[in-house]
Amino acid sequence: MISRQDVEHVARLSRLALSEAEVERMREQLSGILAYIDTLRAIDTAGVEPTSHAVPLVNVMRDDEIRPCLPQAAALANAPDRSDAFFRVPRIIED
Amino acid sequence: MSWETVIGLEVHAQLATHSKMFCGCPTTFGAAPNSQTCPICQGMPGVLPVVNRRAVEFAVRTALAFGLRVNAACRFARKHYYYPDMPKNFQISQYEEPLAEDGGLEITTGGGTRRIGIQRLHLEEDVGKLVHEGPFATAQASLVDYNRAGLPLMETVSRPELASPEEAAAYLKAFRAVLVALEVCDGNMEEGSLRCDANISLRRPGATELGTKVEIKNLNSFRNVQRALEYERQRQAEELEAGRRIAQETRLFDADRGVTRSMRSKEYAHDYRYFPEPDLVPLKLDPTWVESIRTALPELPRARRLRFVSQYGLPAYDAELLTQSRALADYYEAAVRAHANPKAISNWVMSELLRELGGDGDAALATSPVSPTHLAGLVKLIDDGTISGKIAKDVFARMLASGEEAATIVRREGLTQVADAGALQVLVDQAIAANPKAVADFKAGKTVASKSLVGQVMKASGGKANPAIVDRLVQEKLSRM
Amino acid sequence: MSEPPRTIHELSAAFTKGAASPVAVTEAYLARIGALDARVGAYLTVTRDAALASARAAEARYLAGAALSPIDGAPIALKDVFCTAGVRTTCGSRILEHFVPPYDATLVERLRAAGAVILGKTNMDEFAMGSSTEHSAFQLTRNPWDLARVPGGSSGGSAAAVAGGLAAGAFGTDTGGSVRQPAAFCGVVGLKPTYGRVSRYGLIAFASSLDHVAPFALDVVDTALLLGAAAGHDPLDATSVAAPVPDYVAGLAGGVKGLRIGVPDEYFGAGLDPEIARAVRAAIDVLRDLGATIERVSLPSTEHGVATYYVVAPAEASSNLARYDGVKYGLRAPGGRDLIDMVSRTRAAGFGAEVKRRIMLGTYALSTGYYDAYYGQAQKVRTLVRQEFEAAFARVDLLAAPTTPGVAFKHGEKADPLAMYMNDVYTIPASMTGLPAVSVPCGFSAAGLPIGLQLIGRALDEPTLLRAAHAYEQATPWRERRPGL
Ligand SMILES: [Mg+2]
Ligand SMILES: [Zn+2]
Repeated sequence: MISRQDVEHVARLSRLALSEAEVERMREQLSGILAYIDTLRAIDTAGVEPTSHAVPLVNVMRDDEIRPCLPQAAALANAPDRSDAFFRVPRIIED
Repeated sequence: MSWETVIGLEVHAQLATHSKMFCGCPTTFGAAPNSQTCPICQGMPGVLPVVNRRAVEFAVRTALAFGLRVNAACRFARKHYYYPDMPKNFQISQYEEPLAEDGGLEITTGGGTRRIGIQRLHLEEDVGKLVHEGPFATAQASLVDYNRAGLPLMETVSRPELASPEEAAAYLKAFRAVLVALEVCDGNMEEGSLRCDANISLRRPGATELGTKVEIKNLNSFRNVQRALEYERQRQAEELEAGRRIAQETRLFDADRGVTRSMRSKEYAHDYRYFPEPDLVPLKLDPTWVESIRTALPELPRARRLRFVSQYGLPAYDAELLTQSRALADYYEAAVRAHANPKAISNWVMSELLRELGGDGDAALATSPVSPTHLAGLVKLIDDGTISGKIAKDVFARMLASGEEAATIVRREGLTQVADAGALQVLVDQAIAANPKAVADFKAGKTVASKSLVGQVMKASGGKANPAIVDRLVQEKLSRM
Repeated sequence: MSEPPRTIHELSAAFTKGAASPVAVTEAYLARIGALDARVGAYLTVTRDAALASARAAEARYLAGAALSPIDGAPIALKDVFCTAGVRTTCGSRILEHFVPPYDATLVERLRAAGAVILGKTNMDEFAMGSSTEHSAFQLTRNPWDLARVPGGSSGGSAAAVAGGLAAGAFGTDTGGSVRQPAAFCGVVGLKPTYGRVSRYGLIAFASSLDHVAPFALDVVDTALLLGAAAGHDPLDATSVAAPVPDYVAGLAGGVKGLRIGVPDEYFGAGLDPEIARAVRAAIDVLRDLGATIERVSLPSTEHGVATYYVVAPAEASSNLARYDGVKYGLRAPGGRDLIDMVSRTRAAGFGAEVKRRIMLGTYALSTGYYDAYYGQAQKVRTLVRQEFEAAFARVDLLAAPTTPGVAFKHGEKADPLAMYMNDVYTIPASMTGLPAVSVPCGFSAAGLPIGLQLIGRALDEPTLLRAAHAYEQATPWRERRPGL
C-alpha cells in the first residue's frame, strides 16, 4: 500500500511532473504491483549473498591511455539549448 | 563561556592520471569548453564506464602512505541526485565498500604535533563546470562545460578530530605535501586539483555529545579554510551564546566578503538511492600488487625532515625549510653528496640560493644556473681555504650569471687567497711600520689592536690574503717587538 | 518480392556462387519493406542509401572472392536500441525522437566489419519496457501471422521483420524475455546468449545487469552465424567475458544423442495454455526420440522470478534513465520556469506511462528505508534462483520448457500492467541468471499462431544449446511454414 504523499515524494525524486489524475492512477497501479512484489519479503534469505552480476568477474580495469575525444561540434550537436560552446540550462533553484 | 571546536575535513583530490576515471579523455586543465568529452563522460545513451587502473594505483599508494587498510574487496556505487553538471544525474562513487579505511596524518601547529585520524578513502568521478549568466542569485540561465566531468577524484574523510581552524589548515597543508610527494596529485588548489569541504560544530568543553554540525563547501585555499572556519566558529558561538540553536545545513564560503552564507536549505533530506554500479565489477586487489606499491613508496616529507636532523645534524628550522618541497630537498642532498658539509650547504641554500631563485619549485631548481655539485664545489673552495667567505659571495654571483664552476671563475679571476707566508710577511711589516699607534696600543695591553693591523693587511691584499695566516704573522711580529 | 524469404546461409552460398547479387537482394528487401511495412510497422527508420552502399561494397568483395564473413552482404535489421553513428536512434521514446548518436554500438561495428547490410532500425517498446511493442511512442507493430495481434516485445519490430521477410536476420535485446518471447510469438528463432558474451556498449540501457544483445533468425544455422559475428570480448564493456568465441556453426550437426535434458515441473503449472503445454511436451518427445535422455527437475524459486525481476529491472532503469533531463540531448519541454521545472516537464512529456511507472517503482525500491526490503532482498533471491539452476545443471546438460505461457495476444488485450508482466514468467529466470536460452518454433495453435520451445543451457555453453535446437529444428517441419503477408 502506498500513499499519495509517497507517490508525490517519489515523483519529486524522479523529476516527473505528474497531474492530479496521474498521481492517483500511479498510486493504484503501484499499490497493486507492490502488493505482488511484497511476496518477496516472506522469502528466507538469511545468510544468502546478493547476486549483482550474472557472471562473476573481478578487477576489470583499463590502462591509463588517452583515446580521441568528440570534436567540440559533435559534442554539442544534440544540445537542446546552447550558448557558444556551452550547454545552456534555465536558472537553477535548489530544491 | 568557552566553547570547544570540533572540525572534520573532506578533501577531494584530482588524481594526476593521463586519462579520465572511466573513459579515455585527457585530463589537461584549461581546454576550450566541451572539447575534452566523449560519449562516455557526456553520459550519452548506451555508454559504459571502465575503471582507470592508474587511478586505483594512486589511491592505493595514498592509502598506504597514510596507513589506511586497503580493503580486500571494494565496489563502486551510484549516488543519485539531479544536477546539470552531472551528465548521468548520478555519480559513480564508492559507498559501503570503499577502497581503504582507518589511517591518519601527523600535523604540527603552535600547539605541537598530533595525529588526526582519516576515516576512509574512496574513488569517484568529478562533475562538469557550471558558469552562471550573471551572479548566481539572479542568473536567468547557467552554462555547462563537461571537460571536467569524469576526472578521477580521490575523496578522503578525516575524523572530527581537528580542534581549531589553525589545525584544519595544518591538516590540509600536511595532506597536500604528502600527495605531492607521492606524485598522485599536483596539489594545485587554484585549478581545483585539491578541494576541501569542512564540518564544524561547537560544544561545551568536556561534553561527550557532538553539537549540530554545519557543512561549509568550496574552500579552495589554505587561507580560506582557516578564514571560513574562524568566521563560522565565531558565528556559531554567537548563536549559542544568544541561546539560539544551530541549524544543520550546508553553507557556502564567500571569499570576497569573508563570510559563510546558508545555501537555500532543502525541503527534504537528500535521498541518494545508492546501489552497486551494475556496469562495473568488484575490485579484489591482488595483495602482491598492493605490496609492490607499498615497497615503491617514496620517503614522505615528515620522515625526510626528521632524517635531515638525525643524519646531517641540521637544526629543526633548516630541516623544516629544506623539506618544504621535494625538489629543494633533492637539490640539498645532491649537494651534500658532492661535499660533506651539511650545515654550510644548508646556509648557502637557505640564504643565497633561495633568494636568487625566488622559489623552491621544481621548475626554479631545475633551471638553476648553479647546480648542486657547483654549489658543493664553491663551499669546498671555502673549506679548503682556497677562497675566503667574502670572495665566495661574489664568486657565487658570477656562477649565477655564467653557470660556470666556482673553481673556473676563481682560477681565471685569480681570486685564490694569498697563503704564501713570505709574500704576506712583507705586507705585515708594511702595516706595522705604517701604524705605530696600533703597535703602541697593543703593547699597552689592548690586544684587540692586532685586529686592526690584520684588517690593514687584508685590505692591502685586496681581500685575497688568508685571514688565519695573516693573524698568525701579525701576532708573531708583535710578540717579537 | 513474392518468393519466400531465404536464410542468411542460403544467401551467402548464392552470393559466393554468383547465383545471387547482394545489391539485388538488398533492393528486393527494401522493395518488400516499401510494399508491406505499412501493414506490419516493423521499422522506425529505413536506411535505404546506406544499405545499398554496403550492399554494393559486399558485391564487390564477393566478385573479388574476398567475402568478409558468412554474413557478408546479409540484409539485417537492428532494434532501435542500438546506437548508430549519424542515424537517429530513438529507443522507441519521444525523449530521444531526434537523437543522433555520434558513435556506433560495438554490435554495430562488428556487424559492419562482418559486411552485414543494415536495412534500418526497428520498433520496440519504449526503452525496451514491455512485452507487446504497444509501448512504442511511435507506432504499433503487427504480428505477421495475424495483424490483429502483437508481435511480442520489447523487440517486436525485429521479430516481425524477420518473420515477415522484411529482413534476413535481426538483433534485439532480451532483458526479461524481450527476444525469446517475440521469437515465440512470431515463429522465428531467438537466442539470448550468456550475459557478457556479447558487448552491451552502445545498447541504450534499460536494466544493466539483465540486458542482453540477442539475435533473431529464420533458423538455427543463421542464429549461430549472427551470434558468431556479434560475440567476443569488448574492452569497452567491463562486464564482457574474455572467453574465446567458438565456431558456433561447426558443432551444430552433432545431434542430441546422450544429452541429458531436464524438464522443470514449475514451467508447466497453472496459467500455461494447454495448447502450448501439448506442443512443448511433444517437442520434448522428439528430443527423446533423437536420443536425448529426459528427466524431471525442480526449480522451486521460479514462482518468485517475476516479483524479483520487477524490483531489479525498475530499480536499475530508474537510475539509467535519470540522464534524460533535456540538458545534453533529446527532448526539452518548453516553458520551464527554472531547471527543476524544465527537467520535470521534459521527463513527464518525454516518457510514456509504462516507463514512468517503472521509474517510480524503481525509485521507490531504492529509496531510503526500502533498499534492503526490495533491491537488497531481490538480489538475494536472485542468488537462490541461480543456485537452483546450478543444482539442476549438475544433473542435466539442458533444460527444456515453454517460452511463453500463451500465444500472441490481441492489441490492447493486456491493459493491466501486472497481467502483461506475467508473460515473462518463463523467460525471466534465464535473464536473472545470465544463462543462455533459445526459443525455437515448435508448432502452432489451433488458431494458427506460432508456439516456442525454450531451451536453457549452462553459462557459455551456447554450442550445446544450439546443437540441440538445430537437431530439433531439422527433425520438424515448422520452419517451412511462413506467414502469408
Ligand atoms: Mg564525494
Ligand atoms: Zn570521455
